[in-house]
Amino acid sequence: MSNDSSQSPPDRRGLIAFAWVWVGVPLAYGVFELVRKATQLFTG
Amino acid sequence: MSPPVAPPGWSRWLVPPAALSVHLSIGQAYAWSVFKPPLESALGLSGTQSALPFQLGIVMLGLSAAFGGTLVERNGPRWAMTVALVCFSSGFLLSALGAATEQYWLIVLGYGFVGGIGLGIGYISPVSTLIKWFPDRPGMATGIAIMGFGGGALIASPWSAQMLESFGSDSSGIAVAFLVHGLSYAVFMLLGVLLVRVPRTEKPVSGGPSILEGPQVSARSAVRTPQFWCLWVVLCMNVSAGIGILEKAAPMITDFFADTSTPVSVSAAAGFVALLSAANMAGRIGWSSTSDLIGRKNIYRVYLGAGALMYALIALFGDSSKPLFILCALVILSFYGGGFATIPAYLKDLFGTYQVGAIHGRLLTAWSTAGVLGPLIVNWIADRQEEAGKGGASLYGLSFVIMIGLLVVGFVANELVRPVHARHHIPAPREAADVERQQSESA
Repeated sequence: MSNDSSQSPPDRRGLIAFAWVWVGVPLAYGVFELVRKATQLFTG
Repeated sequence: MSPPVAPPGWSRWLVPPAALSVHLSIGQAYAWSVFKPPLESALGLSGTQSALPFQLGIVMLGLSAAFGGTLVERNGPRWAMTVALVCFSSGFLLSALGAATEQYWLIVLGYGFVGGIGLGIGYISPVSTLIKWFPDRPGMATGIAIMGFGGGALIASPWSAQMLESFGSDSSGIAVAFLVHGLSYAVFMLLGVLLVRVPRTEKPVSGGPSILEGPQVSARSAVRTPQFWCLWVVLCMNVSAGIGILEKAAPMITDFFADTSTPVSVSAAAGFVALLSAANMAGRIGWSSTSDLIGRKNIYRVYLGAGALMYALIALFGDSSKPLFILCALVILSFYGGGFATIPAYLKDLFGTYQVGAIHGRLLTAWSTAGVLGPLIVNWIADRQEEAGKGGASLYGLSFVIMIGLLVVGFVANELVRPVHARHHIPAPREAADVERQQSESA
């Protein structure tokens, strides 16, 4: 019979990946738009 | 409301995205200018009037961070993130109603007043929790979150512009855009509310430092120490110097090279502003993480000392070399961002983790002051120089000298920072933490 202390904590790697993708995708979009605009300094 | 304690095995790497979901949202405030021209033409407003929601929002940010900090510490990060979500999103919804009914006061009240409370509470909501989860790397942890505030404008600026293009720039189009903003940000911030947890033990990193290590000072005592006011001056001077460039970046680079063989076009100036935003954001995470390695006092020596040197280089040789001008401006802006992001870790070093979020909230009044001081200096001097018939780089020479002076004042204030005297420490940190825990459990 198992008790609480013998149970290993749940694997949260999926949740960690989801959370970082959740914030990473919009941030990547913002950075992409920024880089597009910033190149105007050298081409504009 | 009791703070949400992490279950066994909860990863601390879930806390930075929780913080980012809030900061990336509220950072939208710096993209308010996208709404200005459509509001002006749809509701017949002047430029000054259309800036009101943003200005009130920033004032409310400072006030709610300063006065709400203790509540945030007491009720925990989930409560704070929920308040931020509700206020920030309902600010947009009220603004949508205001635009649909062409009642501008509703937009000022909604976005500025209600949304502004969301900005302040949201800004400080994850700081204390991040520092507790990352006692070994507090600079990096708060750098990630505060970088998000800079990143929020990068996302919102093109996104909002695209939305106005799709829905139209008349009052009903603006109303729909506000509505979509309010609902989208509510969903996006919900991740933070659901994920944020406070560590269940004093040592969230196995073998790492304890979150109650070192002196612990309450927010009430902290504001009575010279260290708090030294850091207030440090932040105020550093931010003023950064805003000095940020505020007039586009006209500044155009004026500097107007009479040269390589004048700067309008689109190139816009590219320069974008590049400054990138430096600002990179400085938040890069310099703040570096402070974990070289120490907080040393990193502020760099921000303030090297910052003054960069201003001197621009003043002396800026108009003769475009790469030098751009490089110096980028470094100054990276220091500006770094200064914002490193201050919570500096506060943690001096006052401990006990009420660091509340102390940070009170210190943000330096930001509000700098937000007025920096642009005032640069704009006022540039206007007077223009009236005196000057042009080009000479419009800004005096401003740069003043900025160097401000940075020197900040440098001296940083040198005066010493460890907090033992009479300000709370008697027994663990005892105080136990009392806090009991209070929150019985609430």
